[in-house]
Amino acid sequence: MEGQEELQVDLSTENLLEMYWLMVLSRRLDERTWILHRQGKIAFHISAIGHEAAQVGAVMALRRGEDWIAPYYRDLAMMITLGFTPKEFMLGVMGKKGEPNSGGRQMPSHWSLKRMNVISHSSPVGTQASHAAGIGFAIKMRGDDTVVLTSIGEGSTSQGEWYEAVNWAAIHQLPVIFMVENNRYAISVRQEKQMAVDKVADKALGLGLPGVTVDGLDAMAVHGAMSEAAERARSGGGPTIVETMVNRMTPHSSDDDDRSYRPREELEAQKAQDPVHLQRDKLLAAGILTEEAEIELQERAKRKVEQAVEFATEAPYPDISEASYPVYAEDRVDD
Amino acid sequence: MTEMTLIDGLRQGMDEELERDERVFIVGEDVGPRGGVFRATQGLYDKYGEDRVVDSPLAELSIVGIGIGAALYGMRPVCEIQFADFIYPAFNQIVSEAARMCYRSNGDWTVPMVIRAPYGGGIGGGLYHSQSIEAFFAHVPGLKVVVPSTPYHAKGLFKSAVRDPNPVIYLEPKKGYRLIRGEVPDDEEVLVPIGPARISREGDDLTVFAYGMMHHYTLEAAERVAQEGIDAEVVDLMTLKPVDRDTILASVTKTGKALIVHEDNLTVGYGAEIAAILVEEAFAYLDAPVRRLTGPDIPAMPYSHPLQDWFMPDTDRIADAIRELAAY
Repeated sequence: MEGQEELQVDLSTENLLEMYWLMVLSRRLDERTWILHRQGKIAFHISAIGHEAAQVGAVMALRRGEDWIAPYYRDLAMMITLGFTPKEFMLGVMGKKGEPNSGGRQMPSHWSLKRMNVISHSSPVGTQASHAAGIGFAIKMRGDDTVVLTSIGEGSTSQGEWYEAVNWAAIHQLPVIFMVENNRYAISVRQEKQMAVDKVADKALGLGLPGVTVDGLDAMAVHGAMSEAAERARSGGGPTIVETMVNRMTPHSSDDDDRSYRPREELEAQKAQDPVHLQRDKLLAAGILTEEAEIELQERAKRKVEQAVEFATEAPYPDISEASYPVYAEDRVDD
Repeated sequence: MTEMTLIDGLRQGMDEELERDERVFIVGEDVGPRGGVFRATQGLYDKYGEDRVVDSPLAELSIVGIGIGAALYGMRPVCEIQFADFIYPAFNQIVSEAARMCYRSNGDWTVPMVIRAPYGGGIGGGLYHSQSIEAFFAHVPGLKVVVPSTPYHAKGLFKSAVRDPNPVIYLEPKKGYRLIRGEVPDDEEVLVPIGPARISREGDDLTVFAYGMMHHYTLEAAERVAQEGIDAEVVDLMTLKPVDRDTILASVTKTGKALIVHEDNLTVGYGAEIAAILVEEAFAYLDAPVRRLTGPDIPAMPYSHPLQDWFMPDTDRIADAIRELAAY
């Protein structure tokens, strides 16, 4: 149509709208969770605000439910893209009975979702990388047509765990994508105190695999890079490091105050580059999204989030007897 | 029946499990063509190939981390840590990840894997090829810890460990690899359940609890003191976690006296747990204080021969400890 900027992407209109919807849903859910924390209604929140485009773009390049995911704690939008519902998230945030990540055992945003092949992770950072390599190893042994994506912050790529995992995947040409969400802060420590290279992707040079850096505020660019990495992995071409440059638009977590280490001007500049707004503007300019549809979509997200808060607030806490199991596989209760 | 060494029993167990279940694979340093530095996996690479008997990079934490990932995907990894002393880089993976996976995912994810590690001293290994590590891991809910003491049990416990749906730390008394011999049946499947301890020598005067190499020495000591009229019962603990309280309590309820032997350090060692169980649950039956004979509280076993001998409990020392306790 005249006057509209065509998007040069290999994605259908439907996919582009889904992409945007997932980003909005994650953002509204995230913002609402901050409010719950400030109201004293929950103990903890760790945010994905500013990372949504990277996470949604990455997962939409995979076969959801077939491919495997070893995420880290900042991946709310990734989980939403995998079909993790706002209700499920709110159950977890409030520590309610039966929340699917851990049954109320782990802190919020410590993901696990068996039905979507999302493995459980812990709080010591970097431990999930070798699990992803192990899954890749098993995929290769079995000759399956699946890939595994593992994500991590740039600070955690300082862990020896991460290097060992990437090394394994490179030696055996395993179908693993090492996604790095580089927001240049590990709590308060800036990237230059974490590594001497400019880009995490440069670390690939020393480990013998391809490494690419992509604009993580652009969901479609991430989708493109991730599709390429997934295709390489699936066709026996081995692992890739995909570094997505993102902004952490909040403090590290609800327990952090970033004013002591982060200039306010930097944050203001990042707000002008909000990935959700960028996506909206591109879709509006391309005529894929209309102003009316945008209003409807925002309302729908708000409604879903409020329903989730209401649902989780009403939900029961786990019975105290649940705390003592399942320590061993034999203790599991079939439901 | 075939007489064989402890390491032969273990190798047979690995061979049979690799043969039985194609999900089983072995991964570790030098386990491939070299057959392991102790030759535990000798011949398995030739028989099962490089996909099932995998030489890892020199990186212990990822040997375990890779195993965990593969287990989550449905495989049955057997991870070899070349010496127990080298397991600490993998401590985080074992304790934070493997042990807690089932609990933290509310049972959605489990880690069926075996972590094999030769442990213990008396072989000129110095500080870093002699350590006993059982107390660290026996402390952690979610893990199972087993220590075989004969070829039969090496084979049977290993096969059970592979089939167990949980992470199992399988500690191999390396001094006993070729020193401890015994018979293993040829015509029946050898499976030793994880959990129960066994009474390896019945007696009435006192009970000695031991495992691994120390169990071997304890049996020798018990035979020696028997000639002096002391009738010691010997309990081979075999599974350190979960601990077999029933067998421990039943034995001491009968004999009234308990000695615990291990070569690991004394303080907060495994013996402390056995002593605590006895004091808490069998106090009324005790005729003497619970005694422990252990390695000393120094950082690890020295290399120099006389210093090493000073560290290691042996048959003489165990026999002396039995005599003292019997005389109490």
